[in-house]
Amino acid sequence: MPEPEGELFHAPWEPRVLALTVAMGATGLWNIDMSRAARETLPNYRELSYYRIWLAGLEKLLAASGILNGIPPAPPQVLYADAVATVLSRGRPCSRIPQSPARFVLGQRVRTRGTQPDHHTRLPAYARGKLGVIERVHGAHVFADAHAQGLGESPQWLYTVAFDERELWGEQLAAQSSIMSVDAWEPYLEPV
Amino acid sequence: MHDHDHDHDHEQQPHPEHDESLGALELRVRALEAALTVKGYIDPAALDVVIDTYQTKIGPRNGAQVVARAWCDVEFRRRLLEDATAAIASLGFSGRQGEHMVAVENTPQVHNLVVCTLCSCYPWAVLGLPPTWYKSAPYRSRAVKDPRGVLRDFGVQLPESTRIRVWDSTAEVRYLVIPQRPAGSSHLSEGELASLVTRDSMIGMGLAAAVS
Repeated sequence: MPEPEGELFHAPWEPRVLALTVAMGATGLWNIDMSRAARETLPNYRELSYYRIWLAGLEKLLAASGILNGIPPAPPQVLYADAVATVLSRGRPCSRIPQSPARFVLGQRVRTRGTQPDHHTRLPAYARGKLGVIERVHGAHVFADAHAQGLGESPQWLYTVAFDERELWGEQLAAQSSIMSVDAWEPYLEPV
Repeated sequence: MHDHDHDHDHEQQPHPEHDESLGALELRVRALEAALTVKGYIDPAALDVVIDTYQTKIGPRNGAQVVARAWCDVEFRRRLLEDATAAIASLGFSGRQGEHMVAVENTPQVHNLVVCTLCSCYPWAVLGLPPTWYKSAPYRSRAVKDPRGVLRDFGVQLPESTRIRVWDSTAEVRYLVIPQRPAGSSHLSEGELASLVTRDSMIGMGLAAAVS
């Protein structure tokens, strides 16, 4: 259902949860991939609204860190009001110096990994085990799978991999005249 | 972290949230904010600034300026398509959830559509916070499988000959759609053009507004 541009929140607590999440993210106690992993592994992830997910994800990260009960770690950084503009406009770029040459080149055919690992990952189910083509090479980026598990940044080459709709959905559903792509880190891909 | 699987039923509708009343949620969030303030992890004034920023400073009017400039300035358009992050930063927009931008251009042949099927990744630096429908499970599943259907639901009927290109933002790359410039707009100023650029058109779920 379309929504007017200015309609950002639907309850007074929603902007506070947004801001709490941004402010706690800025402390450096966890990273954005840990945040996503915390949210996406909520048992009722599919049933909750966006900011309910954010709230539950934040509570989960806080519980795991011992901040609210237990021995709280000292906050490495606190986001103060006068630093917000700078912190938001700087963001956290996740491109890194590559550790090795890229395994794939533009236009190369690849197959995506067919199995789901037992940890946070960013290859959607519909794109598993599919034939695609390397359409863009983005350089090395922080590897979400490792980063979410607290295993460091482990930079990996990131590619846009494009799929024909017939490959993803079969001939019957493929009546859209569409091409789909995902952004996939190198460990998700195999040469064909 | 062990039952992470995106193989859920993608067709289900969101359930009503019946387990907690809004009042209880309000109290829960206030208690959390108070506890984190007392423990020194947050500055409540910073929260106000964050909220104000996304309500008044960072929103789709930023992206509209980028698009209008691309329509008017061939050299800017070239730079935007080549290195969107740098081109967008040259207009003063950068940062959180816009660190790695890619601009994709709609033409009569190709219509671009953006989705995040895994969560709700969205180019905050140019479009602000995502609309509710973008974050909804039905959009996230249908946009990849039935893009023409979701477009029709939003009143966008594309010619059969137009191919649809769907970008699923699964990593930290964020996509900005440059909609087609409306017919009969050659006399308009850049500012007037920007007012025709709707948020939805920059996600690919709409077209730029017609010249009135």
